[in-house]
Amino acid sequence: MTSWPILSVMTFLPIVGVLFIAALRGDDEAIKSNARWVALWTTLVTFAVSLIVLSRFDASSSEFQFIEKLDWLGGTGSYHMGVDGISLPLIILTTAIMPLCIVASWRAIQTRVKEYMIAFLVLETLMIGTFSALDLVLFYLFFEGGLIPMFLIIGVWGGPRRVYASFKFFLYTLLGSVLMLLAIMAMYWQAGTTDIVVLLKHSFPREMQPWLWLAFFASFAVKMPMWPVHTWLPDAHVEAPTAGSVILAAILLKMGGYGFLRFSLPMFPVASQDFAPLVFALSVIAIVYTSLVALVQEDMKKLIAYSSVAHMGFVTMGIFAATDQGIGGGIFQMVSHGIVSAALFLCVGVVYDRMHSREISTYGGLVERMPVYAVVFLLFTLANVGLPGTSGFVGEFLTLVGTFRVNIPVATLATLGVILSAGYALWLYRKVVLGRLEKPQLAGIKDMSWREIGIFAPLVILTLLFGFYPKPVLDVSSASVTALVEHYNKAVGGTKSAGLVK
Amino acid sequence: MNQQLPSLYPVLPEIVLACGAMALLMLGAYRKRSTSLVDLGAVALLILAAFVVLWLPGGTLTTFGGSFVLDDFARLLKVLAFVASAAAIVMSLSYDPVERQQRFEYSILIVLSAVGMGMLISAADLIALYVGLELMSLALYVVAAFSRDDVRSSEAGLKYFVLGALSSGMLLYGCSLIYGFTGTVSFAGIAKATQAGAGIGLIFGLVFLFAGLCFKVSAVPFHMWTPDVYEGAPTPVTAFFAAAPKVAGIAIFVRVAITAFPGIVPQWQQILVFVSIASMTLGAFAAIGQRNIKRLMAYSSIGHMGFALIGLAAGSATGVQGVLIYMSIYLAMTLGTFACILSMRRAEGPVEQISDLSGLARTNPAMAFFLALLLFSLAGIPPLAGFFAKYYVFLAAMQSGLFTLAVLGVLASVVGAYYYLLIVKIMYFDEPAPNFQPMPAELKFVLGVTGLFNLLFFVYPAPLLQAASTAAKSLF
Repeated sequence: MTSWPILSVMTFLPIVGVLFIAALRGDDEAIKSNARWVALWTTLVTFAVSLIVLSRFDASSSEFQFIEKLDWLGGTGSYHMGVDGISLPLIILTTAIMPLCIVASWRAIQTRVKEYMIAFLVLETLMIGTFSALDLVLFYLFFEGGLIPMFLIIGVWGGPRRVYASFKFFLYTLLGSVLMLLAIMAMYWQAGTTDIVVLLKHSFPREMQPWLWLAFFASFAVKMPMWPVHTWLPDAHVEAPTAGSVILAAILLKMGGYGFLRFSLPMFPVASQDFAPLVFALSVIAIVYTSLVALVQEDMKKLIAYSSVAHMGFVTMGIFAATDQGIGGGIFQMVSHGIVSAALFLCVGVVYDRMHSREISTYGGLVERMPVYAVVFLLFTLANVGLPGTSGFVGEFLTLVGTFRVNIPVATLATLGVILSAGYALWLYRKVVLGRLEKPQLAGIKDMSWREIGIFAPLVILTLLFGFYPKPVLDVSSASVTALVEHYNKAVGGTKSAGLVK
Repeated sequence: MNQQLPSLYPVLPEIVLACGAMALLMLGAYRKRSTSLVDLGAVALLILAAFVVLWLPGGTLTTFGGSFVLDDFARLLKVLAFVASAAAIVMSLSYDPVERQQRFEYSILIVLSAVGMGMLISAADLIALYVGLELMSLALYVVAAFSRDDVRSSEAGLKYFVLGALSSGMLLYGCSLIYGFTGTVSFAGIAKATQAGAGIGLIFGLVFLFAGLCFKVSAVPFHMWTPDVYEGAPTPVTAFFAAAPKVAGIAIFVRVAITAFPGIVPQWQQILVFVSIASMTLGAFAAIGQRNIKRLMAYSSIGHMGFALIGLAAGSATGVQGVLIYMSIYLAMTLGTFACILSMRRAEGPVEQISDLSGLARTNPAMAFFLALLLFSLAGIPPLAGFFAKYYVFLAAMQSGLFTLAVLGVLASVVGAYYYLLIVKIMYFDEPAPNFQPMPAELKFVLGVTGLFNLLFFVYPAPLLQAASTAAKSLF
């Protein structure tokens, strides 16, 4: 379809930016400013390339597109890249969020700017690579490699407890992933290849599937994160710099959901069906329990972090419902949560940059001094709640509908979570924005600058657009989702419909 | 007229090294102030020997009545061992002349030890094995105690010698039992005799033999000497210890196990599974509390030997390939890390505490970057080379169905990642300590080469994978 390796260009373009930044010389101020500009332009160009991919993408096909294949590790791994309707939305999300992160760090990061930008660009390459790798070893390489820059971002530019948070993040995620690595090896010896396209058509023996499924689950559940292995997330979010939280919430968490869709469901369908009740149970606990936990938080970032866990619960629930609506809704929810949670963390960042506090009790009555901020924050709070007309509604609604067809009690309980999310989100908004501005230190706080408005503008537009007109995202993924569901139903045979009748 | 001079072709690299070492010894003894000349000569000699290995005709060559074999396996490992020895000499060049005491013998001892390694890697019977091992070890005992006015160094040398002698005794006892029960010392002969299985006496011999070899590669439970010797020996010596002798030790371990006892794989497999699990676990947990970076590297090397032995425990060609890849990458990681440790030097002298690295990312960003890279690589985080090392040994373990070993191994690697991360944390997150003195050019060179190897290995891994695969096949 294309004469140039567009996926590789898109993936490794940020590395070119890294080389530019590494080569920067001059006095400190010049390096800082140049590093920011180079990083911004690199991410913008990458975004432009990803839009070219989107425009050439044939949404009616469920096959992988823009395939690139090169020999790499001999028999045990090849450089195989490609995208389909499941990975493409996440890639666009990644490339779209990155420039915003760079702009959001423009003023907030003043120390070691060069290294900071390098870490972000390397992370971008690894994230895009994760979503477009079509070889298990290559996937693992990108997936795990992301730990190094994120570890440094949290640890170097983070808050007071950054060391604890960065170690917890790194070791938790690594522990989950090494088990997946062993499963990858077992799959290699069973199927004779690590090529994802081939493995998607391979059927693994029934007795092997549960083990493989559990090993992959260990990795993705931590990454997602699902209850009860979510505890690294609030710590990491609280300590990370604003842009780090944005990347973490908007993109890194999506790797877990992507993993479930790409590997667990299609490659181990029988085990997925067997373990679906477990996933439902964990998802519902995540939705209800972490929403309750979010209610008592005193730290704004922590509250949003717990709300992320709850929203990811909808995603896992939708995915393992294994219906068109459930999976399509799961993908949509990932995209929507990527936008909304990114925006919420940016909202916290706006006031944090001014007051250097994330405590809810520091604020109150901001609406008097910051009307624009109040409107923006309100929009994203409501999107987080899932108000119709915002993108949050579409994702939650679809996953609930999808699950309702399969398991009514689970869907009912999950709906409770929607009510609870309204509770904590509106409560946060009331404490921070509404009321009278009584605290003297807030008296001089300024409303959002044009740079900040510039960051939020695209997010506002997308949240509303996808809320009223979700078709673009659903269309891109629908062919692949339908194929996935068909494949799944065929693999689990008649047992599924029998289960429905019962 | 059957009595002919055996073909000396296959031994040519060792002959070059041995004769060269003698010549350098004369030069050093009769010419004053020739230390740097001898050093350069020794490096040139080792590089030359590595080229001779590559220049010799391909295929499997044997000589000395079959007790010396040069196959693809030996070729790869010899090149690695010789290059690592040369690197160790290069890295010692800038070591304080006072502390190094301006002794030309240092380089010559390393060359002699390399001759031993060559012999060891090519040994095809128990006698040759023992001769090679002792030739290598005797030189090592002496260099361990090289700073003879330093109590720690003398203690290290003595400790190493006493324990080394003990392990040689065990090894010899094992050899004699094996000879007694099979009636031959050649690996091929032993393989034939054990085809149908082995009696309890032979198994005893095997255990003693393995115990001796475990000592040389510092695998648990024969690792006790490692931390003390690593800490006590002068740092360039530690760098040498951590690299080349380990390669030779693992080489002969693999050769003995694969070529002499292919008939009783299940018997020795369980020994290796235990040793490997014990080494990885101890290496990971014991390293956490260390304050001295040389001691930490000692525990780290114990752990890494555990990982390398996973490949051998698998007992397959894939496994041996994994071991070879592991050792090649391990060499690069270790030499690079020691290049950093050697440049930890302030005006008042060398420092060895991990806390001395504090804030290095701000005082010396380049060194911190490379050291962090090597540490992540040692921890086995992709996309660095260390990940591929672990990938291939675990791949072999999964193939052979050693699931417990594989699961415990990856868990140990997570624990191990913790202490490597601690060092990264100290370098990147903590407040700067006083800067080190500028890094000497040759250390920069070693660090640059090994660091870039680790960083860029994933771009074009085919040559090493291919070489390791060819080498592994020559044993089967």
